Amino acid sequence: MPETLMNAVIELEEAYNRFKDDPTFQAELTELFNGYAGRPSLLYYAEKMTRDLGGAKIYLKREDLNHTGAHKINNVLGQALLAKKMGKTRLIAETGAGQHGVATATAAALFGMECVVFMGEEDTKRQALNVYKMRLLGAKVVPVASGTRTLKDAVSEAMREWTSRIADTHYCIGSTMGPHPFPTIVRDFQAVISKEIKAQILQKEGRLPDAVIACVGGGSNAMGSFYHFIPDKQVALIGCEAAGRGIDTFETAATVNTGKVGIFHGMKSYFCQDEYGQIAPVYSISAGLDYPGVGPEHAYLHDIGRATYVPVTDDEAVDAFEYLSKTEGIIPAIESSHALAYAKKIASDMGKDKIIVVTVSGRGDKDCAAIARYRGEDIHE
Amino acid sequence: MSKIRQAFANGKAFIPFITCGDPDLATTGAIVRAMAENGADLIELGIPFSDPTAEGPVIQGANLRALRGGVTTDRIFDFVRELRRDVSIPMVFMTYANVVFSYGAERFVAACEKTGIDGLILPDIPFEEKEEFIDVCRSHGVDLISMIAPTSENRIAMIAREAEGFLYIVSSLGVTGTRSEIHTDIQALVQAVRKNTDIPCAVGFGISTPAQAQKMANLSDGAIVGSAIIRLVEQYGKDSPEKIGEYVRSMKSAIRK
Repeated sequence: MPETLMNAVIELEEAYNRFKDDPTFQAELTELFNGYAGRPSLLYYAEKMTRDLGGAKIYLKREDLNHTGAHKINNVLGQALLAKKMGKTRLIAETGAGQHGVATATAAALFGMECVVFMGEEDTKRQALNVYKMRLLGAKVVPVASGTRTLKDAVSEAMREWTSRIADTHYCIGSTMGPHPFPTIVRDFQAVISKEIKAQILQKEGRLPDAVIACVGGGSNAMGSFYHFIPDKQVALIGCEAAGRGIDTFETAATVNTGKVGIFHGMKSYFCQDEYGQIAPVYSISAGLDYPGVGPEHAYLHDIGRATYVPVTDDEAVDAFEYLSKTEGIIPAIESSHALAYAKKIASDMGKDKIIVVTVSGRGDKDCAAIARYRGEDIHE
Repeated sequence: MSKIRQAFANGKAFIPFITCGDPDLATTGAIVRAMAENGADLIELGIPFSDPTAEGPVIQGANLRALRGGVTTDRIFDFVRELRRDVSIPMVFMTYANVVFSYGAERFVAACEKTGIDGLILPDIPFEEKEEFIDVCRSHGVDLISMIAPTSENRIAMIAREAEGFLYIVSSLGVTGTRSEIHTDIQALVQAVRKNTDIPCAVGFGISTPAQAQKMANLSDGAIVGSAIIRLVEQYGKDSPEKIGEYVRSMKSAIRK
């Protein structure tokens, strides 16, 4: 972190510590979650999928049913409310596929704040519809032409923008990453996912699940899904990384599986990088998992052996995308499809008395055109 | 007195920056020699990084060109070893934390000492995170340079008291790059530093003209220039050393006034 931003992150930490246990703040946030974003999200028993795979019982945590179609809104509502309490009038954000950008633009519209979203130039072309949505919501979208023109460059550019304008601006970071206190704040706002899963599964099954599975890019939906289960050692926590064309190729974004420890974007964690510490260009079919790092708390859970991080390829994710659509009538985001693919892989080898919860972090409408092209059909949004 | 302090011993210091390997190391070598011959007091050598978050578009471009040209940390150490045969003025590295961390901090700083690098500037390492590197830097006599920004305010005393080599005063909010005007009250920043240390202060970010350099050096102990020099490299490529030499001479003579 540059010195220029140090007082800003310290001020943010102090404000967060002041508000996180404040009953008024929490009540306002709960009202936004329930009254605006549509929480609690369903915990759905995927009966056909369970029967088809013939093993563990599979439940889906339906974050795709939230307003704006993904878990991103949880974090954004929390940060926007915090920013407002801090007297900030402007939100800036990075976005990859556009989901976090759309969520931030949504919150900015709701709170009457100015909004600027940084998005890699490549991604603005691949996700033109989301660019339009952000503009429709009143945000300005800045295409980032530096570096690889994707998510990591959008993060760098948002940080550069923040150093130039701090007084009225909050950087609404999109995942459990970046400098302290961001990983903590984003985790806490996303932890509503595991809090709900726990209550819902206890009500339906009278016990905790054997495994919780979620996809990991920066790691916010996974951290949210894992958090309240961390003390429950009998619950396996499994993060699914985007392996792209495979972890034995250079076209991968599986950070824990192929990266090493580094210092970048204000955090010490695992990063895909070369032998001289140059950050590697990463690849995944999923723009939302196309980031060369992972949140530091995931690095920690990996190091202490509390969570397991497995690679899932493009092919496996696309298969799962189609499988869930046909089997359950739910079109999942290509990001979430990485988690579903791994659940599919292990469920049949588990006993029928076992229970798996898979977080469907977002809905897949945004991915339909890209998957069709992946399958050789020539359609565009 | 550390070698860096010597750079400030002969009046106001002029500190030019250059990215190593842009467009190639031979040109960088000629540029460094031209800077030294034309009155530079200390030279900042940039080790390129794939994602230089503190830089504006000009120096970002230099980083990417250098990496595309195939320069690596090892090749830069070889280059410095060769430079040190005839270049004796103080030199510091400016790079990003991950370049040093991935090389191994101990191995990196030991190589700095051995090849004759006097200090290290890491713009993404603030005061709170310097423990990662400070011990190895001290044990090898390499100064870890601290930065003070227009937003540092209540942090200035803490940073200044532990500063080594010189203090890098960031003139403006935002990233590196030339600016038509600098709005920060540099005098107030320097005065706040002076209450805590007598270490030299040099101002960087946004300086390109002799008049700006003169003004900033008058308010402090020296001026740092990066983007304006990289622009000359962009424009003249392998022919840039002569142009950069002329530029350094004009800047140094401006701050002597």
